[in-house]
Amino acid sequence: MSKHSAEPISMFDARIMGPALIESFKKLDPRELWRNPVMLCVEIASIITLVTFVRSLTGANLEPAWFTGLVSAWLWLTVIFSTFAEALAEGRGKARAASLRKSRTEVSAQRLKKPEFGSPAETVPAESLRKGDYILVEAPATIAGDGDVVAGAALVNESAVTGESAPVIRESGGDRSAVTGGTEVIANAIIVRITANPGETFLDRMISLIEGAKRRKTPNEVALEVLLIALTLVFLLVCINISPLSVYSVKAAGHGTPVSLTILVALFVCLAPTTIAALLPAIGIAGMDRLFQKNVIALSGRAIEAAGDVNVLLLDKTGTITLGNREAVEFVPVGGHTEKELAEAALIASLSDETPEGRSVVALARKKHGLTLDSLPAGAENVAFSADTRLSGVDTGGTKYRKGAADSTIAFVKALGASAIPANLSDVVDRIARGGATPLVVSRDAEIFGVINLKDIVKAGIQERFLQLRSMGIKTVMITGDNPLTAAAIAAEAQVDDFLAQAKPEDKLKLIKEYQENGFMVAMTGDGTNDAPALAQADVAVAMNTGTQPAREAANIIDLDSNPTKLLDIVEVGKQILMTRGNLTTFSISNDIAKYFAIIPAMLLSIYPQLGVLNVMHLATPMSAILSAVIFNAVIIPMLVPLALKGTKFRPMPAEKLLIHNLLLYGVGGMIAPFIGIKAIDLAVGLFA
Amino acid sequence: MNSYEWLETILFFVVLLALVKPLGAFMAKVYQGERTFLSPVLVPCENLVYRLCGVKRDEEMGWQRYAWAMVLFNLVLFAALFAMLMLQHLLPLNPQKVPAFGWQLALNTAISFVTNTNWQAYSGETAASYFTQMVGLAVHNFVSAATGMAVVIALIRGFARRRTSLLGNFWVDMTRGTLYILLPISVVGALFLVSQGVIQNFGDYKTVPLVQAVTYDKPKLDAKGNALKDAKGNPVTESVTAKEVTIPMGPVASQEVIKELGTNGGGFFNANSAHPFENPTPLSHYFEILLILLIPGALTYTFGVMVGNTRQGWALLGVMLFIALLSFGVLQGVEASGNPLLAKLGVQGANLEGKELRFSLPGTNLFEVATTGTSCGAVTAMHDSLTPLGGMIPLSLILLGEVVFGGVGSGLYTMLAFAVIAVFVSGLMIGRTPEYLGKKIEVREMWMSMVTILAAGVVVLITSGIAMITPAAVSSMSNPGAHGLSQVLYAFASMANNNGSAFAGLNANVDFFNLLGSLAMTVGRYLPAVAVLAMAGSLAGKKYVPPSLGTLPTDKAPFAIWLTLVILIVGALTFFPALALGPIVEHLTMLGGN
Repeated sequence: MSKHSAEPISMFDARIMGPALIESFKKLDPRELWRNPVMLCVEIASIITLVTFVRSLTGANLEPAWFTGLVSAWLWLTVIFSTFAEALAEGRGKARAASLRKSRTEVSAQRLKKPEFGSPAETVPAESLRKGDYILVEAPATIAGDGDVVAGAALVNESAVTGESAPVIRESGGDRSAVTGGTEVIANAIIVRITANPGETFLDRMISLIEGAKRRKTPNEVALEVLLIALTLVFLLVCINISPLSVYSVKAAGHGTPVSLTILVALFVCLAPTTIAALLPAIGIAGMDRLFQKNVIALSGRAIEAAGDVNVLLLDKTGTITLGNREAVEFVPVGGHTEKELAEAALIASLSDETPEGRSVVALARKKHGLTLDSLPAGAENVAFSADTRLSGVDTGGTKYRKGAADSTIAFVKALGASAIPANLSDVVDRIARGGATPLVVSRDAEIFGVINLKDIVKAGIQERFLQLRSMGIKTVMITGDNPLTAAAIAAEAQVDDFLAQAKPEDKLKLIKEYQENGFMVAMTGDGTNDAPALAQADVAVAMNTGTQPAREAANIIDLDSNPTKLLDIVEVGKQILMTRGNLTTFSISNDIAKYFAIIPAMLLSIYPQLGVLNVMHLATPMSAILSAVIFNAVIIPMLVPLALKGTKFRPMPAEKLLIHNLLLYGVGGMIAPFIGIKAIDLAVGLFA
Repeated sequence: MNSYEWLETILFFVVLLALVKPLGAFMAKVYQGERTFLSPVLVPCENLVYRLCGVKRDEEMGWQRYAWAMVLFNLVLFAALFAMLMLQHLLPLNPQKVPAFGWQLALNTAISFVTNTNWQAYSGETAASYFTQMVGLAVHNFVSAATGMAVVIALIRGFARRRTSLLGNFWVDMTRGTLYILLPISVVGALFLVSQGVIQNFGDYKTVPLVQAVTYDKPKLDAKGNALKDAKGNPVTESVTAKEVTIPMGPVASQEVIKELGTNGGGFFNANSAHPFENPTPLSHYFEILLILLIPGALTYTFGVMVGNTRQGWALLGVMLFIALLSFGVLQGVEASGNPLLAKLGVQGANLEGKELRFSLPGTNLFEVATTGTSCGAVTAMHDSLTPLGGMIPLSLILLGEVVFGGVGSGLYTMLAFAVIAVFVSGLMIGRTPEYLGKKIEVREMWMSMVTILAAGVVVLITSGIAMITPAAVSSMSNPGAHGLSQVLYAFASMANNNGSAFAGLNANVDFFNLLGSLAMTVGRYLPAVAVLAMAGSLAGKKYVPPSLGTLPTDKAPFAIWLTLVILIVGALTFFPALALGPIVEHLTMLGGN
């Protein structure tokens, strides 16, 4: 697991609070506030009370100026608390973005004419690089732009992006070819083909995402806003309706005064779901930020929310469930050969094999049998793996060393005139395959020496993660190119629910479509280029940062730590965002009951003194009652800011239990809390009166 | 309540609940086009209707076509009824030679019957001919009920279907709903009512001598029909002795049954179900309550069958039943304890003012809960005469949006809109993007649900506000003050929610109420109906999300309780201030001894 070198910033740090305060006043601009219609209504209400306050100062026959003034002040504070909450949520992201931006300072690049070492190079500034250019990066140097390694391998320090200080290997071919602009090569040299124009790089996208510049409301957020706007409209009408009703009641009762504009406006703001509306933008931004603290970049808020609904998770086996590369763990000789003979043959066949598997064969042969051969004799010819023969090996002086899948190797030796295949070969091959490993048969000319046991190493602790996912109702499916036998063994070891073996890219795509057709929400983690189509189809697509460029482009979430079980965290944050919204909505609306009991008797008391019975909180005077409700309505916003930013706690439990729990806490709690709060404020107001 | 009253109340609910499943299953078959035991008789009639009207029965409609068909059909029906009321004096079956309606009253009445409201600013026996009653009003009682059912069936199909834009054929749904459901029950019900003594004839009104002549004071009227007042402003009266009485006649039974079955509520006589010719016996009384609740209750089962999980329907019925029983309990409690002011004067016991004493107190209260919880609006008691808190029960049941069983079709679709809102918030609270019956609830569903549940409330808030500062409305109140405010609030609540009952005491036949009321009824009916169809269209296009561990079950008690709370809280928050100025003040004033 990673150590974050990026300094964790507390959300109440002065470096964030200060700018947030300034920002919160800038956000009062109606052109910006209209994105939050409920708060825009509150701002208009504040302006109305301010005008009334000025009129009452200039002698209009209205309520006392101090009362209107205080109401107006607290209504303004209500709006400012809301914009402050949003600014605060954005603040931490902004600080992070600023530090990222620093890493982009003035980089120059060595542009090559041809993608070969030794090709003539010219020094150009990073901004002039375009898609398709080739650049040479020699240690120590900063990589000038996003791209794929096309030649060479190098140690790269990616801490600028990931916060992970341990360097990683980037090499051509395979799934680790992608490099990110702004990261540093600290050893060796690579040639990179640029894949993004300046301004469109991963780092650029990250900065703009973190800053929230491109943040769009998610569909779920919009749907909630519909609810809030509709309720606000109704409460607006409720307040407007009170006016003629009170005018009539005054006439009928023969005494009292109709409800004033200031009180109606105050009632409206108290009833409107301001608490949730004020915190709604902050909840979403803070959720993305929380993911970012976990080194996950969500390219859209929608993807995080979708993650909360995921019920099928497709995991690419290699690199996610298993340690990535298979390792040779055993030599099993057949047909009277010794283990050492086999190891020698395997070593020669693998010496020029640069794949991790090939290297692990060499390593095992040296370690276990003390073989020292480290280079092939002159004139030896390397036979690279090809899709036709599905074999690789070496020809030295007429002797052909080969290793490959059992059927291919058997076909190869038969073609060379082998008379018999060792009898115990198929037993050995079967035994290894059943164990979830890959049998690699080694031959010299027409003779089969034995089998290399190439084993997949399942990551430690992965079983517990899958168990947790299962308890959240998420089914895990392993995807692998292995044969069904191997796949079944690994699936059993890792304890996934299902697997798809011998998967070609189109099979993965088909599987995802099938699940989606049946209404499942599918998440997929992948890193290879062949995962890209499936990633693009999945509802939640998590690409590993170590993955290839196409995979990263097809994904909507990128895990900088390349830890596939991060999906658990993503699901949790997704659920937290929704729960926080739901809980605060319920809380906000439940509050209205107490506010009615505070304001209704207060505003109608002059007409119908008998309504004093409804003043169950025994608030001192009508004016202090109304003021207390308004103040409560305002201060509850900053009091709930920590909850909005941290999110409500997620406990995995059945849906019904969770609902009852949250209803008791936020529904019933939301009914009771304001009774206590308003009474307390009324007592405090009484001290000054 | 004495033991007999307990027994009849419990028996009533047992019978009602026993009928939910068979009728609900039958209606599901009808709307899914399956064969029923009535098919041998009715299929030829049905085919004849299609042939005559040129309906292609297999041609399904998208939501917009379905909505257009519904609106245009209602528009044509409205025009026909409006013309009939204006030309009543020229049409047959008018033995009493009643004149034509004025255009304002005709407009109000036509809209009122087309919208299933049956707000009556006229008295049936003095203003409507037999022709109007049978060919006009009764036909609308059938058609407006069938319309409500068609809309809710389209919504249910929206939930049940996957990835389609089609919701069924409006004409087929109308035809089958009327032919297989409303007509057969009406025929059987009418025969039963006749057996109880409800009249059914085309005879002239009968004049019979009174056994004992009655002398009473009658207000003197001037040439224009306004009450004359003396110098002090007191009405001038003259003493009159009545020796004989005119008894209205008419084809009552046929209209009575659909009045309740279709939750229409428009009485043949002004006294509505308190009239002995409309409701002669205690048995007919309970039968009529049963008719009111029958289809709205059974539709929940139809819904369950059509979405493939009958528990979903039972959950909604449970919510309806709970609020109904709660309302009944409160109403029974406050009415049985009577008026403390009268108790001080030595008049002990229940509040019996304005009640038909032929029926028991619980029986009467049950009728009031049923008629206001559904959008029926038939009455057996004067709601104006209930105690202040008692009167708040029918008023609140209407203001909740007519979902406590609710109108035929409209009750269930409004309830489903509430369920969508409840699912949305509770879905968020458990950390899932919300889904109901496997369909994701998104922006469009939220808009349409909010329009459905709030349209009538918004109309009430606007119209009652306008009324309170309009002299024409204020002068129509029989009791100014808090009670008058309740009367006006009730009137607009009743019209906007398509209930049609009146608090009485309000002279509603003035242009102000006729015209503004027409608008309220139209908006309160069609805005939600079209919104519901739009939601149905959007739902039908969605794929089905199978339930998983994280899905909130909507067929169990926790959700039902939450749904109940949502309904009650939305209603309370919208109308608490208005109720405070009306019935609550009145109640507190009464307790205060005034």
